[in-house]
Amino acid sequence: MEILTGLLNGFAVALEPANLLWCFVGVLLGTVVGILPGLGPPATIAMLLPLTFNMNPAGAIIMLAGIYYGAKYGGSTTSILMNVPGESASVVTCLDGYQMAKKGRAGAALGIAAIASFVAGTVGVLGLMLVAPPIAKFALSFSSPEYFALMSLGLALVVLLAGRSIVKALLAALVGLWIASVGTDLFSGTSRFAFGQMELLSGIDFVVVAIGVFALAEVLANMEAREETQLLPVPKGLKNLLPTMQDLKDCRFAFVNGSVIGFLVGALPGGGSTIASFLSYGLEKAVSPRREQFGTGVIEGVAAPEGANNSETGGALVPLLTLGIPGSGTTAILLAALVLWGFKPGPLFIPEHPALFWGLVASMYIGNVMLLILNLPLVPLFAQVLRMPVYVLYPLILGVSMVGVYSVSGSMFDLLLLMVFGMLGYLMRKLDYPAAPLILGLALGAGMERALRQSLMMSEGKLSILVSRPISAVMLSLAVLVLLVPMFGKFNAWRLRALEQG
Amino acid sequence: MEEGTRKPGDLWSGIALAALALTIIIQARQWEYLGPEGPGPGFFPLWYGVAMLALSALLIVSHLRRGYARGNAADWPKLGRAFSTWFALAVSVALFKPLGFVVSFALLTYFIVAVMYRRPLATAALVAVASAGGFYLVFDLALGVPLPVGVLGF
Repeated sequence: MEILTGLLNGFAVALEPANLLWCFVGVLLGTVVGILPGLGPPATIAMLLPLTFNMNPAGAIIMLAGIYYGAKYGGSTTSILMNVPGESASVVTCLDGYQMAKKGRAGAALGIAAIASFVAGTVGVLGLMLVAPPIAKFALSFSSPEYFALMSLGLALVVLLAGRSIVKALLAALVGLWIASVGTDLFSGTSRFAFGQMELLSGIDFVVVAIGVFALAEVLANMEAREETQLLPVPKGLKNLLPTMQDLKDCRFAFVNGSVIGFLVGALPGGGSTIASFLSYGLEKAVSPRREQFGTGVIEGVAAPEGANNSETGGALVPLLTLGIPGSGTTAILLAALVLWGFKPGPLFIPEHPALFWGLVASMYIGNVMLLILNLPLVPLFAQVLRMPVYVLYPLILGVSMVGVYSVSGSMFDLLLLMVFGMLGYLMRKLDYPAAPLILGLALGAGMERALRQSLMMSEGKLSILVSRPISAVMLSLAVLVLLVPMFGKFNAWRLRALEQG
Repeated sequence: MEEGTRKPGDLWSGIALAALALTIIIQARQWEYLGPEGPGPGFFPLWYGVAMLALSALLIVSHLRRGYARGNAADWPKLGRAFSTWFALAVSVALFKPLGFVVSFALLTYFIVAVMYRRPLATAALVAVASAGGFYLVFDLALGVPLPVGVLGF
């Protein structure tokens, strides 16, 4: 009953004309970003975040979430039509989607991708709606030691699945913690790592780092290619976008598989939509009676991963909104957005801001319907976005990045920092250091330090408090176990295989 | 545990991170570690500094044990394009004060289109003027987001 009341109130918020408009803008931008290879949701959300500061927070989070899940719909378009994944989560869609297109079934592949995304995306939101409130209630009993342990576990999971080298991923996370320490220590008033710069006393803005490491680094990496990527012609005659009844029948299990796997993987920090899509593809192939045909243009091979990467969104929002723990670079930026608007994601978020939580949930139902409508008949139109020359696109991204950073503080110093973090992000890519642990370390750093120091204040300096409480002991043990996994050859081989596929 | 590719960059990045870790440790030791009211400002940085030093040492040692990789040489033309773009961006930021955002951004766009992508100068000029004008119209006039202003007043 409580959920139903919340949802009805949420629809009242989401159906306000302004919020409907922001929802539409978000899913539209998300679809375009998803289609464009080389521009991902974290970069887009980071770039647009500063522009939302003057917006109503409900409209702003509805729009940013729309970009997040909208990109997953759009990502399948180029995978199917051109064998070029728009997003990493759509890599596996290439396997059967492109083969279907080559066989003249591009329309059915695009159609099933949109339908599976809609079904699983909706199930993911349903999961979020049902699971988030009880988890938030359970987390009310958490104190500082549990929070420190939880953040450590979240960071450990992201490190585990962020890159081939655990050492590099850990180093990236530690650099994130260091950046989070820059500025005045709120406990003692001591200035730390300011190097005599007045501008650093208030710390380094999350937005500056996120835009630099994601958006600027992405453009710099894409600028490496001397020639503009030759765009393949978009196939014409995509009139028949509706799959046949037989197609839908073949995809029955794929819809369920994608929905469940996507949600569960999404709820685990570090999982992410790429892993979710590969796991559900693997499961679909394992149980299919025609598993030997996978990779040759099997429609379930499109439905399962596309469903999983959309259901993952609902799962990923559970730890973010109920515990304040993001599980990926994109959700870390969403966390920063909520904090910047004055909210504190965690167990009290739902009871204290029901309109925002339920408004977001309701908007995701509406957004999924919008995406289905947008993606089915308008795919050929969206595919035209690919015709935008990169020499127009890249300066635009650089411009929006600079305007975004400048609009936060009006500070030229922040623009200089943007240059520094843009170069850092580029070098990290070149040297195989993953960006997600750095962003997560930055997002969680202040909270981790606060929780650790509060824990030790509670115990009068005894570290044993972290392991004497059952929940924190279990979570810290898991975190240690997660970081030790790569030492075992068999597990590490599995981890590397998953990463290679992703 | 260390399954990374054998890039020469591992050594240099390991050294840079070790230097950063040492800086963090030296700085953190100047702040209170544990006071009467609990951990001080030096407590957390000291621990992650030590962890960073240990991990960067592990990276360096594992790289040296493997030896330098062959066939992994840097692709200088590609790196050059990325660094040129970054440098042009940095120059354009430096020009914000005297020239303002609109003119600096137009120059940056012109550089990218004409020099990096070798498009005709007229195309570059058109894209530069249209992009800069578009930013001024959308952000400054329509959205009220202030853009850096130069001596010319825009």
